[in-house]
Amino acid sequence: MEKRFISQPSLVRWLDKLNSEGKHIYAPVKKGGERVDFGRISSVDQVSFDHVQTTQSAKSVAFPRTEVLFSYQKEKGKVQLDNFDPEKMPSTVVFGLHPCDAAAFNPLTAIFSWNSRDELYDARLERTFIVTFSCTKADESCFCTSVNGGPGNTTGSDIQLTPVKEGFLVEILTEKGIALVKANEDCFEADRGEVKEDYLAKLPLKFDVKAVQERLNTAFDSPIWKKQSQRCLGCGACAFVCPTCACFDIQEDAHGAKGKRLRCWDSCGFALFTLHTSGHNPREVQAQRWRQRLLHKFSYMPERLSVRGCTGCGRCSRACPVDMNISEHLGSI
Amino acid sequence: MKNTFSSELSQKVASMLESGEVQLVIGYEEGTKRPRPCFISDAADAGKLIFDERCTGNLTVYLTKKELIGDSKVVVTASYFALRSILRLLTENQVNLEKLVVLTVSAEGHLIQFETTDDIAAFIKSAPVPAREDDQVLMQKLEAMSREERWEFWSEELSKCFKCYACRAACPMCYCTKCVVEENRPQWIQPWASTLANIEWHINRAMHMTGRCSDCGACGSACPLGLPVHLLSKKITEEVETSFGMNLNDTLQGGNALSTFKPEDKETFIK
Ligand code: SF4
Ligand code: SF4
Ligand code: SF4
Ligand code: SF4
Repeated sequence: MEKRFISQPSLVRWLDKLNSEGKHIYAPVKKGGERVDFGRISSVDQVSFDHVQTTQSAKSVAFPRTEVLFSYQKEKGKVQLDNFDPEKMPSTVVFGLHPCDAAAFNPLTAIFSWNSRDELYDARLERTFIVTFSCTKADESCFCTSVNGGPGNTTGSDIQLTPVKEGFLVEILTEKGIALVKANEDCFEADRGEVKEDYLAKLPLKFDVKAVQERLNTAFDSPIWKKQSQRCLGCGACAFVCPTCACFDIQEDAHGAKGKRLRCWDSCGFALFTLHTSGHNPREVQAQRWRQRLLHKFSYMPERLSVRGCTGCGRCSRACPVDMNISEHLGSI
Repeated sequence: MKNTFSSELSQKVASMLESGEVQLVIGYEEGTKRPRPCFISDAADAGKLIFDERCTGNLTVYLTKKELIGDSKVVVTASYFALRSILRLLTENQVNLEKLVVLTVSAEGHLIQFETTDDIAAFIKSAPVPAREDDQVLMQKLEAMSREERWEFWSEELSKCFKCYACRAACPMCYCTKCVVEENRPQWIQPWASTLANIEWHINRAMHMTGRCSDCGACGSACPLGLPVHLLSKKITEEVETSFGMNLNDTLQGGNALSTFKPEDKETFIK
């Protein structure tokens, strides 16, 4: 891994150049009030640097809220299918996301390549460059350190920037990262020998993830799910803001002889989740849906895919209308 | 922040739980950043109850959840708007006052327990409506817009909606076990997120709230994206008031604007 330095003015120049190359740049922008969320930007001035976390995660660059899998047209017994076209997907730089979001592409990829690779997801991710900002502050919902992450964790990042004196420490982590720097060599200077850790947020552990995982292995029938889920309203807010939640639903946008097949986000919080055509639902009540959420992330995924479905970003806790604080719940299991 | 009022409340519900008069208390406890809903069935836990000016979330959303409540007799601590929701739910036969103990706090800081629906209605009438300045400012801005500007405003806002349905889940009046957006034979509303499909969903929700919304704002405050969707139902509530003369506070007398027949209605087709 190579380290470099970039000054604030050079950062502006660098993003301008990426933008003029035709790359779509997504970065955290202020959305009124305390809210900061990803939006397409054309210059560094629009980027928010002082927030703790964006409302939504960056997962939609590879797994959009609604996406067209293919479209079709029927004519006199013939069907014409048009597959998604990877050539039409823009080359995208996600800039200024935090380490917990970058790390989340690992579990997402694990899900989307479980039995077979998901071409659409792969195609989008392949065209995406991840430039993270390490975290200099955290809030009461953050718990990345409890799930083996951290404010300076570089997993999933192509490049990581850490704000230091007069500019940023640049860590170039992957081939993609090298390519992004190489094309704009003049923006980068030699490493100034800054110690990254001096600038990072301090985040004490909230629970022992190994112990939690062990307890979860035998907790399927525990009465704790009913108790914990009492106030849960069964909405999709927690899943929709989560960088690793990947449940989807297939929908048909049909208009007579033509139409599109769509893939849309789903949530295990919804009452319709896993409802069978027979009328039977293996997760009939909210307690079972809440259990599904925690076990899927902290037991089933580690077991089957060797990744955890949670990077401790704390978004689900911030977004939940009734304050279902996930780290608090995990700690009390 | 544990005030004397909260301990008065804790004592009261503890004794109600102990005597077996009620089996479940739906109240507030301290949360991560602000008070959150809590459920107490053991008198020993009553001490964590709070009820102060920060407790504005509408707890009545839980009163129609059968899996939570079952046959229990329930205490609910109701904020001003939650009282309106209770009246509404009573009108719609969704709650039974015999199975419910409704508590609130008066402006002077006294704990009030309601005996009858009329008592609740009278209290709402006499109590000052809690001010929500941000809403007022935005409403005025919207009122001052032309139709085109308003369409643009809402198209822009609603295009962001990702259909998590937190607005629906938080609304005490959204108690259907199957929502119209989940109906797929026929599919009345496109269930995916896109500007048009989102507008469809929100117009539908607002229409379903016509004359029913308790103006609690829970839908808007639940929205993780901060979309002011509660203003849609608020506006439609005001329209019902001016067009049908039905005031929110007369809920019990007024019935439901869209499903109540009156001989003196202007429409003649039904006669
Ligand atoms: S935990 Fe919160 S955000 Fe998730 S479904 Fe329940 S109420 Fe909604
Ligand atoms: S489960 Fe919650 S804390 Fe974990 S990654 Fe998802 S949103 Fe973040
Ligand atoms: S529509 Fe919104 S404001 Fe009206 S009762 Fe439901 S949650 Fe409250
Ligand atoms: S809560 Fe907000 S984002 Fe979710 S469905 Fe309602 S308006 Fe859309």
